[in-house]
Amino acid sequence: MNSKTLIYVLKRVLLAIFTVWVVITVTFFVMHAIPGGPFVGEKATTPAVQAAMEAKYGLDKPVIQQYGTYLKDVVTRFDFGPSLKQRGRMVIDVITDGMKTSAKLGIIAAAVSAVCGIVLGAIAAIRRNKLIDRIVMVITTAFVSMPSFIMGTLLLALISVKLGLLPANGSTAAGLILPVITLALYPMAYITRLTRSSMLDVLGQDYIRTAKAKGVSGRRIIFGHALKNSLIPVLTYLGPMLAGIVTGSLVVEQIFAVPGIGRAFVSSITNRDYPMIMGTTIILAALIVIMNLVTDILYKVVDPRIKFE
Amino acid sequence: MTKKPFSAHVDLDMFMPASEKDKEYMVQMRPSSTFFKDGVKRFVKNKVAFISFIIIIIITLSSILVPIFWPYSYETQLGVVPGRPVDSSYNNLSPFEYGSAEKARIEDGESVFPHVFGTDAAGRDYFIRVIYGTRVSLAVGFFASIIVLILGTIIGSVSGYFGGKVDLIIMRFVDIIYSLPDMLMVILLATVLKMTLAPIIEGTILSSIGSNIISLFIVFALLYWVSMARLIRGQILSLREQEYVLSSKATGAKGGWIIRKHLIPNCISVVIISAALQIPSAIFTESYLSFLGLGVNAPMPSLGSLAADALNGLSSYPYRLVIPALVISLIVLSLNLFGDGLRDAFDPKLNG
Repeated sequence: MNSKTLIYVLKRVLLAIFTVWVVITVTFFVMHAIPGGPFVGEKATTPAVQAAMEAKYGLDKPVIQQYGTYLKDVVTRFDFGPSLKQRGRMVIDVITDGMKTSAKLGIIAAAVSAVCGIVLGAIAAIRRNKLIDRIVMVITTAFVSMPSFIMGTLLLALISVKLGLLPANGSTAAGLILPVITLALYPMAYITRLTRSSMLDVLGQDYIRTAKAKGVSGRRIIFGHALKNSLIPVLTYLGPMLAGIVTGSLVVEQIFAVPGIGRAFVSSITNRDYPMIMGTTIILAALIVIMNLVTDILYKVVDPRIKFE
Repeated sequence: MTKKPFSAHVDLDMFMPASEKDKEYMVQMRPSSTFFKDGVKRFVKNKVAFISFIIIIIITLSSILVPIFWPYSYETQLGVVPGRPVDSSYNNLSPFEYGSAEKARIEDGESVFPHVFGTDAAGRDYFIRVIYGTRVSLAVGFFASIIVLILGTIIGSVSGYFGGKVDLIIMRFVDIIYSLPDMLMVILLATVLKMTLAPIIEGTILSSIGSNIISLFIVFALLYWVSMARLIRGQILSLREQEYVLSSKATGAKGGWIIRKHLIPNCISVVIISAALQIPSAIFTESYLSFLGLGVNAPMPSLGSLAADALNGLSSYPYRLVIPALVISLIVLSLNLFGDGLRDAFDPKLNG
């Protein structure tokens, strides 16, 4: 790695850290702008009890001091405080619990969409303007236009309810099949289109013509030259894909009752579990920012033609 | 006189007045076309984009016109008549079925307007709810992208025009907002605004629009202007340095002329196209938030909230999910194809 690369990486890492800090700050102050403290809705509390509870959670201190404590706890110990609605549990425990299921779901969905998308895209590019290319393009256009919650509910209605093929409840292994399909379809369609267009681009390059002129077999051209180079733009989609899968999983876990972090997040929104909302937002946001960072750096490292700013 | 091939003699025939036939040859065969006319011609030729455009027009018009003559309203619970017990025979009607009172009227020979899509669990005509949901979704998408367009244009052109420190600060700010995970921030802001806005706008005109829709607009205004601002800044920066602007300046054109004749026409198509492509993404976001319960206030429907409500009765009334789902997909798909078609037709830089 030369010094230019190092400076670029350093700059990107700093921006990422700064972004995460902005997320924490915005989340904290925005949540504290909500009128009424978290204990206002509680029944049968006297003012004395409320004051005691606020003192226990440090809510009686000035906001700026609370912010300092929160930031320190988050950064040094990943401590997001206790959950208000799930008694006796820390936010970080709820998140790590949910993360196990969600990570499984997300990783499988990402793998499925990457593999299927690259294969379909490559086939469509090689058979350009043939029937199979047309079919692939029409289907992917339709999938790209369909919100994940629509996809999920339609699959649920058709496969689980009408046909009874797969369980509608996502807490079992077989029940994870539909959520994975729902999550994977959009990124798959996107990767297919990306692979197709970049493959067409690569196939028009001079070095492919040279290889053909030298008598290299079609298979070798595709696998040895074209595919590898056409995957570089696909790499850039990894970051946005993770963001898409995270936001998609919020509704998909809700629809299929998957006990993951997405469902915990949505239910914390409905029952106003403030520390839970803050913790989940910060963790997921940090995840997305880190993934974008990795993608950006990877992209520049993989393709030597790209210059560093 | 025969002409020698290499003589320097002037051929006098070449200086004769032109005959009528020669003049005809010089006449322009068709009137000169403007950039806009050319674009329209290219757009109409693009069948997919043109059909999408027609579908959008049909959906928009029906969402505006149908409520005028449709006999039911989106919030009337047909079984609830003041002073009488609630008639539950109106709830959960299948398409083209009637409630008990309506059946009696039909037997009396009256004609009753059919419930084309049946009714929902509260006895409200489902067809008109879908129409209203479409109207809400389209309106949110349209106004949200106008907000984004205005904010993005102002900030982007300020940044591009002034350059220097102003540009640097604005662009760092844009970088940060750009790297925020937008959907999470949208959910967070929508949650908070939903709770803080409602008491503030209580009693004003704004409360009839609903705190959720307003918070949706605020969220859009706060987060989504950045890509538009980047785009416009880039456009202005590159257009300012173009040779034709220089040559225009050299031949004595004033600033106003250059802006009117060069900068705006060259910039406007890109801006309008990206605003058009912003609409489907706004509709996407709105339906997503409505699905999470952060969208429009009940009883106002939106396509997302209709789909979310339909989840409860999924096994008995699957069509209630399928209808709004299809409408959203159709709108988003045709807007996307329409935007792509616009870009192909009106962005001359792509043609080369």
